[in-house]
Amino acid sequence: MNTSSLNMADAAVLPTHYAAAPVLADVLPPVRERGRFGTFFRRYPTVVVGGVLIGIMLFIAIFAPYLGTVDPTALAPAKRTRPPSALYWFGTDMLGRDIYSRVMYGSRVSLIVGFSVAAIASAIGAFIGLVSGFVRALDTVIMRVMDGLMSIPPILLAIALMALTRGSVGNVIVAISIAQIAPVSRLVRGVVLSLREQPYVEAAVASGTRTPAIIWKHILPNTLAPLMVQATFICASAMITESILSFIGAGTPPTIPSWGNIMAEGRALWQVKPYIVFFPAAFLSVTVLAVNLLGDGLRDALDPRLAKRL
Amino acid sequence: MSKLLEVNDLKKHFPIHGGLFGGVTANVYAVDGVSFDIAKGETLSLVGESGCGKSTVGKAILRLIEPTAGQVVLDGERIDNIPLSQLRKLRRRIQVVFQDPFSSLNPRMRVRDILAEPLINFGLAKGGSDIDDKVAALMDKVRLPRDAMRRFPHEFSGGQRQRIGIARALAPGADLIICDEAVSALDVSVKAQIVNLLSDLQDELGLALLFISHDLAIVEHLTHRVAVMYLGRIVELTDRRTLFSKSHHPYTRALLSAVPVPDPDAPRNRVILTGDVPSPINPPSGCRFHTRCPFAFDRCRTEEPQLRSVGTGHQTACHLEHAPGEPIAAMAMA
Repeated sequence: MNTSSLNMADAAVLPTHYAAAPVLADVLPPVRERGRFGTFFRRYPTVVVGGVLIGIMLFIAIFAPYLGTVDPTALAPAKRTRPPSALYWFGTDMLGRDIYSRVMYGSRVSLIVGFSVAAIASAIGAFIGLVSGFVRALDTVIMRVMDGLMSIPPILLAIALMALTRGSVGNVIVAISIAQIAPVSRLVRGVVLSLREQPYVEAAVASGTRTPAIIWKHILPNTLAPLMVQATFICASAMITESILSFIGAGTPPTIPSWGNIMAEGRALWQVKPYIVFFPAAFLSVTVLAVNLLGDGLRDALDPRLAKRL
Repeated sequence: MSKLLEVNDLKKHFPIHGGLFGGVTANVYAVDGVSFDIAKGETLSLVGESGCGKSTVGKAILRLIEPTAGQVVLDGERIDNIPLSQLRKLRRRIQVVFQDPFSSLNPRMRVRDILAEPLINFGLAKGGSDIDDKVAALMDKVRLPRDAMRRFPHEFSGGQRQRIGIARALAPGADLIICDEAVSALDVSVKAQIVNLLSDLQDELGLALLFISHDLAIVEHLTHRVAVMYLGRIVELTDRRTLFSKSHHPYTRALLSAVPVPDPDAPRNRVILTGDVPSPINPPSGCRFHTRCPFAFDRCRTEEPQLRSVGTGHQTACHLEHAPGEPIAAMAMA
């Protein structure tokens, strides 16, 4: 018997008189309809609400110059600490700068820092996690280093890193990213270790798939869902960390308005002019809430089984 | 019949790490000296309780886990010690179908891509339309509608998914398919469909099957020969008819008597085992079954019985002297 030379081309013209086995009902569920907004909203309201809020923030950040703003750094000592009015929507600070303009422009820093940190920390963390999950020899070493990184509170680590360098948005992004790599790599490593034992990965190995293709086709796509969820939470915490760094003067330089340093400058006048702190704080809270809502919803939307796994 | 696969004295010991420096403190003797062979076009079933090492044998043959010792010979060529790069080409000839139809298909790949993967890996198809044709032929073979290949696995039922798993195993034109509890997770009616499909495919393609199962009723339906495993060793190896009528080993008889019979009034000669399977970390001395065997005597506790022939193609590892199938005196009294 020579089955090894089983000719695949012949297979197409195999006899159709299949015996014994009952004919399989050709009933497959209808292909699910996609793109119905109403259905999607009812199923994942948090994704929609979070997405819309983030969309608004993105709009503000991109079109800040066209939203009735003035130069956010223009000083006007004669008009300082004006309360919110028709002219100064959010009032002015102690140097007479328009807080509305500063908050609108400040959204740029928060969003850039949030998204960049999420992207950088996820990419590097995912790479480290994949290596760690696949190369057993490196696993122990890498994970002990990550344990070390995680033993330092992320804000403290970011402050320490910022102390080594000068304040700029780029440095803030790097400092916060380094602090966030460890948890991502842990998450990805855990997912990789469980995926490696999945029968479909073993079947792929038995089908002669090489290790790089296993990682690329079978492991990576299945880590994306938990990774995206994690990335949104990193994005939110990076925005908060950026504000904290700016607030304590270790982050964005004072020449660039950011929600953190608007609050820092308004702190001294908090009891008499609360609106200086209120508006940037409200925007920060809403943005972080939106990102977290999106992440929470994505967890359910991307994979219903994920909720159990995370 | 010529031997397609030979397994000689296969062992797989899993080390248990512990202690301060992570040294090996003990071994799990999951598979401890298993030998059998499979001819072309033959079905050999490997049966036994959970944890007796059946699946480990399957994975060691596939080298999804590296065997500790022993030989795996495919068509006269050893495959247990060749480098993985050389093994890759030979993987085409041995394929696997797993138990759980839900975790054995990548949820993020379409059926077409799942089935195309082995075709591309082994260079069996050139170009997109060639792949489509061959995938369509595979879908026909496992009796799934062709248009289903654009769907994702979650859109299928358990039985349909198992058909996709079988199609993937057929894709490279394998000679031997290891069915690791391939029907255990399915409903009874679907189980019958899949078993029938497997035996039809075997007739059509001359496949050899290593059918790993705990379900003797299914095994009786499709196997040629049966190997009964207990705690990492084969205790009885014989053809189907002999096993179900003239089994020798007390453990085999206990397994057989546990098969449900769809007749409440049928006279039954039950052999009921007490206790649990001993730990494979510290297997019993002598015959591994002596702790649960109703007929154990002194020799069983000290001397390990070897597989010996008690009839044509019928081997058993037991010290008891009686003709196969004859009621063991003590068993009749029990």
